Amino acid sequence: MTQPFTLIDDGQAKALQATVEGDRVRLPEAEVHRALGWQLKPEGLCQGDTCIPVRDPSSLSNEAGLDLEALSKLLGRPLAVDGESRAAALAASATDRTQSLESLEAPDFTLPDLAGVAHTLSDYRGKKVLLIAYASW
Amino acid sequence: MYEELGSEDFVPITVALDRCADDPRPFVEAAKATHPSLIDTEHRLAELYHLTNVPTILWIDEAGRIVRPHDAQFGTDTFTAFHHKKSGPYLEMIRDWVRTGAGALADEETRRLQPEISEASQQSRAERALAWFLQQRGDEDAAARHFERAGELAPLDWTIRRGSMPIQGKNPFGPEFFELAGEGQPEYAMEAVTPTRDSD
Repeated sequence: MTQPFTLIDDGQAKALQATVEGDRVRLPEAEVHRALGWQLKPEGLCQGDTCIPVRDPSSLSNEAGLDLEALSKLLGRPLAVDGESRAAALAASATDRTQSLESLEAPDFTLPDLAGVAHTLSDYRGKKVLLIAYASW
Repeated sequence: MYEELGSEDFVPITVALDRCADDPRPFVEAAKATHPSLIDTEHRLAELYHLTNVPTILWIDEAGRIVRPHDAQFGTDTFTAFHHKKSGPYLEMIRDWVRTGAGALADEETRRLQPEISEASQQSRAERALAWFLQQRGDEDAAARHFERAGELAPLDWTIRRGSMPIQGKNPFGPEFFELAGEGQPEYAMEAVTPTRDSD
C-alpha cells in the first residue's frame, strides 16, 4: 500500500506515492515516469532517446514498483533516505557537476532578493558579473 | 565601489547562503546596496558552483562564462587579523577587470583552478538537502541526523558544517565553530594564485 512521500530531486521537492519499509522505498513505475521522467522498457531504463541497460531487472523492479536505491545507482546519482520521515533526496552526480563547471558556462539560477523579487543570472548577460556568496555565519 | 564603477557594464550580485531573508537583512540594509542582493535558503549556489565556504567571489564575463573561479577574498579588512588577506589589492584587481578585462584567466587556467568534486561531497549534498527539508517540516531530530551525516561525508564543507549551526540553534561564532576551525579550513585553489595575503 502506498503512502505520501517527498522526493527532493536536485533541490526540487516532489510529492509522490511510495511503499516504505524501513529505509527501502519503492516507487510505482507510473510515479517514476511522472516525477522523474524515466520509464522501464525492454531496452532498459529510458528517458527520451536515452536508455540505460538494466542487468538485473528483478533487483530493480517488482509489482510494488522500482526500488529507489537501485534506481539511484542506475542513474549514478547520490541518494539520501529517511524512511520514517517519508522523504528522500537525490543529488546530481559528481560527473554532472564536474562537466557543468568544466564547460565554464556559469550555471544559471533564479533566486529572490530580500523583497521577494526573483532574479535570474542569465538576465545579466552583456555585463561583467561579480558573483559573491556570503552568509551571516 | 559599485557606484564608482558605474552600472552599465558591471554588476555585483551578492547571494546570502542563509536560512531566511532576515539573517542577512541587517548587512544588506547597512550597506545600502543598490545591486541585486539575493537569498539562497536551499544552498542552490553551493550545489551548482561547489562552494565549501563563504565569502567567495567569482568573475563571470559578458558572455556568461566563468573567467575567474571561486576565490575566498574579502571586500573589507574587518577580519584581516583572522584570514590575513588585504581587501585593497583585490578591489584594485576588480577595478582593472571592469575597466580593461585584465585578471580574467584563460580557459585552461580557469579549469585547473576549479574545485574537484567527489562522490562523497555530492552524497553530502543529498544528505544536506534532506536535512534542510526535514528541518523546515519540523522533524528536527531526523534533520539533525542528516546534517550530521552530511558533515561526516564532507568534513571540510563549512557551508554544511558551519552553515547548519544557526539552523540548529548553535552559535556559528562560538565554541562549536572554534572546534570546527581547529580541524582545518576549507581552501579554494584560486586563493593560492590571488596575491592578497599579508606576506605578499
